[in-house]
Amino acid sequence: MTFTRRDTLVMGLGATVAAMLPLPATASTEDAIAAFTGGASVGTGGITLTAPEIAENGNTVPISVSAPGATAIMVLAAGNPNPDVGTFNFGPLAGSHEASTRIRLAGTQDVIAVAKLADGSFVQTSAEIKVTIGGCGG
Amino acid sequence: MSDVKPRVRVPKTASAGETITIKTLISHRMESGQRKDSDGNPIPRQIINRFTCDFNGENVIDVKMEPAISTNPYFEFQAVVPAAGEFVFTWYDDNGEVYTETKSIAIG
Repeated sequence: MTFTRRDTLVMGLGATVAAMLPLPATASTEDAIAAFTGGASVGTGGITLTAPEIAENGNTVPISVSAPGATAIMVLAAGNPNPDVGTFNFGPLAGSHEASTRIRLAGTQDVIAVAKLADGSFVQTSAEIKVTIGGCGG
Repeated sequence: MSDVKPRVRVPKTASAGETITIKTLISHRMESGQRKDSDGNPIPRQIINRFTCDFNGENVIDVKMEPAISTNPYFEFQAVVPAAGEFVFTWYDDNGEVYTETKSIAIG
């Protein structure tokens, strides 16, 4: 099979576009949310996810989640090989319903936080984080 | 692993009922199970899968951790101090080891 110059240009362009697209959310992300909420509908508002817009190093991305009145907050990275990041369960002596940590991101993707509120309802928010160097080894 | 060293920052004193900020860090590789060694064989997963903080037997925070938590896991959170007592921090390793650290706090 031979490539003309036009073919090569088109393929190069296609590869560039594919590389720039964010990693797609996988079905397992929805499964993880469904497992956490038990299939209940998820609202918005009342939850804050603080994250950098651009993370140079995907190995350690500082994030912070806050949801007043939440009993638990689950964090998901939709584009990671395994979307689960962690779940914060707040006990009776929690001073506020917020926590900060550092996470690994495989590439540019949406990070999702879902909070379970004291009345049993759920809220979620998400933020897109652009990652320059992915953090999942190779 | 012998090089696991927990580090925790808690104020020495607080007034009763005050909300304080706690920072914790533990040195741990958090091997995700996604990486391969130089021969192309996957490196088995070994992470800390759970972290808890309790004060005088009452829970402050209980975190379920997955491989997406970075190397040397860091957590910052807040706790209410109703009286003098002791914070107990516990990390649970995949290999069954449990690392603990305690910090006492006085009312003053």
